[in-house]
Amino acid sequence: MMPPLLSTSDLSVEIGGRAIVCGLDLQVAAGERLAILGRNGAGKSTLLATLAGLRPPAGGQIALGGDALPTLSPRQAALRRAWLGQTQADPFGSTVLETALTGRHPHLGRWSWESPRDAALARSALQAVGLGAMENRAVHTLSGGERQRLGIAALLAQAAPLYLLDEPLAHLDLNHQMAVLELFAGAARDCGAGVIMVLHDPALAHRYCDRALLIDGDGKHTLGGVDDVLTAPILSALYGYPLRELLSGGHRCFIPE
Amino acid sequence: MPTRRRAALILAALLVLALASFWTALAAGSIPIAARDVLAALSGQDTPSADIVRELRLPRALAGFACGGLLALAGALMQVLLRNPLADPYILGVSGGAGVCALLAILLGLPALGVNGLAFVGAFGAMLLVFGLAHGDGSWTQMRLLLTGVIVAAGCGALISLMLAIAPEDRLRGMLFWLTGDLGQSGSSWPPLLALAITLALAMPAARELNLLARGAMQAQSLGVAVNRLRHAIFLLASLATAASVTTAGSIGFIGLIVPHLVRLAAGNDQRLLLPASALAGGALLLLADTLARTVIAPQQLPVGVLTALIGVPVFLLLLSRQPR
Repeated sequence: MMPPLLSTSDLSVEIGGRAIVCGLDLQVAAGERLAILGRNGAGKSTLLATLAGLRPPAGGQIALGGDALPTLSPRQAALRRAWLGQTQADPFGSTVLETALTGRHPHLGRWSWESPRDAALARSALQAVGLGAMENRAVHTLSGGERQRLGIAALLAQAAPLYLLDEPLAHLDLNHQMAVLELFAGAARDCGAGVIMVLHDPALAHRYCDRALLIDGDGKHTLGGVDDVLTAPILSALYGYPLRELLSGGHRCFIPE
Repeated sequence: MPTRRRAALILAALLVLALASFWTALAAGSIPIAARDVLAALSGQDTPSADIVRELRLPRALAGFACGGLLALAGALMQVLLRNPLADPYILGVSGGAGVCALLAILLGLPALGVNGLAFVGAFGAMLLVFGLAHGDGSWTQMRLLLTGVIVAAGCGALISLMLAIAPEDRLRGMLFWLTGDLGQSGSSWPPLLALAITLALAMPAARELNLLARGAMQAQSLGVAVNRLRHAIFLLASLATAASVTTAGSIGFIGLIVPHLVRLAAGNDQRLLLPASALAGGALLLLADTLARTVIAPQQLPVGVLTALIGVPVFLLLLSRQPR
């Protein structure tokens, strides 16, 4: 029996003295996809960064692949989970390929340089997000959406079994939104990757995830299968705006009243 | 695609440049010395000019190269640490602290050794002060570190102006030379050379981690960098490198800001290449500037800091204008 990719027990997360979640028990196994939804400022990014081990929890435990986070070195953690932040900044400039190669860092020894195999992995990650022809472009010449996809390519090059994605669809046009969601759905289905993503569209969350975690912003949360949790009454309460549910082609849609 | 081969080629070219600048520094001066005589002096033969080469020019050239390398290296490290292209080795007040104590030593009429010793005490004190204030509550943000450093540097600047204002006429020239940087007073050349070797040896193993740190702390941490430990180490390393240079030759300006940018424009921002290339290029540039400083209106000497800027500015602007936008 493989340990779950991520598990939390009695996890509490706070920011600035305000509780975001209390007593969260969560397991994410290989091949599972979980959406995190909530209003602006509810603490979705803070929770995700905590799950990634980038900030300490207020209480409780987090384990990656069965080992508690505090016992893992940063590098060991980087081999078990990949984290996509909301901003990718580089004040000094670099090329697209160099940026994609940063994902290989945890796989390389202190003195090693990127091998042809690392370059091949980075190039195929760039292909996967549709940036294959741009490897020599300077990052600052890319559009916001292209930069977002470049961040995802670096994440793919990291090749960790668990993806933690903070608004992976930000800046993306519709076809690239679907392409990115299909990409991670494929990674979960074919490679057994676990995916936890912060999303703003409950319809896409319903279509591309197995479970959803709703964050109220005052310490309460709701965790369950997407069919049970992503319903008009619950979502209307979550966002504080009345939503109507429609069913079209087997997909749930939510439109504001 | 960064490769070892490309890095080795660029470093080899810079090594040639550094050797050429050494050659110029040994041969040129108020008494020009022929190439044959320089070689003879270096190989230990007793020619009439051997003493000038071995006792005067070689120690000064070695100290100049080491200081230039230290400043450029410290500048490159500070720019990554603060994620700010405008950072230089002096931005966090290290040279300000050294300046206050060195001018005090000159004011009190201490000998060169006392000036250097007090300068190091001042540099070290400013470093500890900034570290303590910026890190007092256990948190660490770039902005807090930057602001603390800039304010401490400003305070030191005020003390320096005060001492210049009340200094007697006969001390003023020495004080001004110290402030713009002067390799003429730099006793032994071994301490800065050793400091350069140690700084480079300690920074290089972390070079790829520094590439990630430049992209942001969270980003670097998520890719497996122990960010806080790395930041503390780089802060201490860059500060000590700056202190070693300032103690030897005063606060020579411009090298620490411009050389990392020159290398970045010419060879990219991979720290594995940028750090050693900055050390070589910084050493070569300071050596050339110092040679000019003591030859242009020989036997009178110019402050070397003036010449580093006069050489660096046009070279930098030329490279910048050739850069594709």
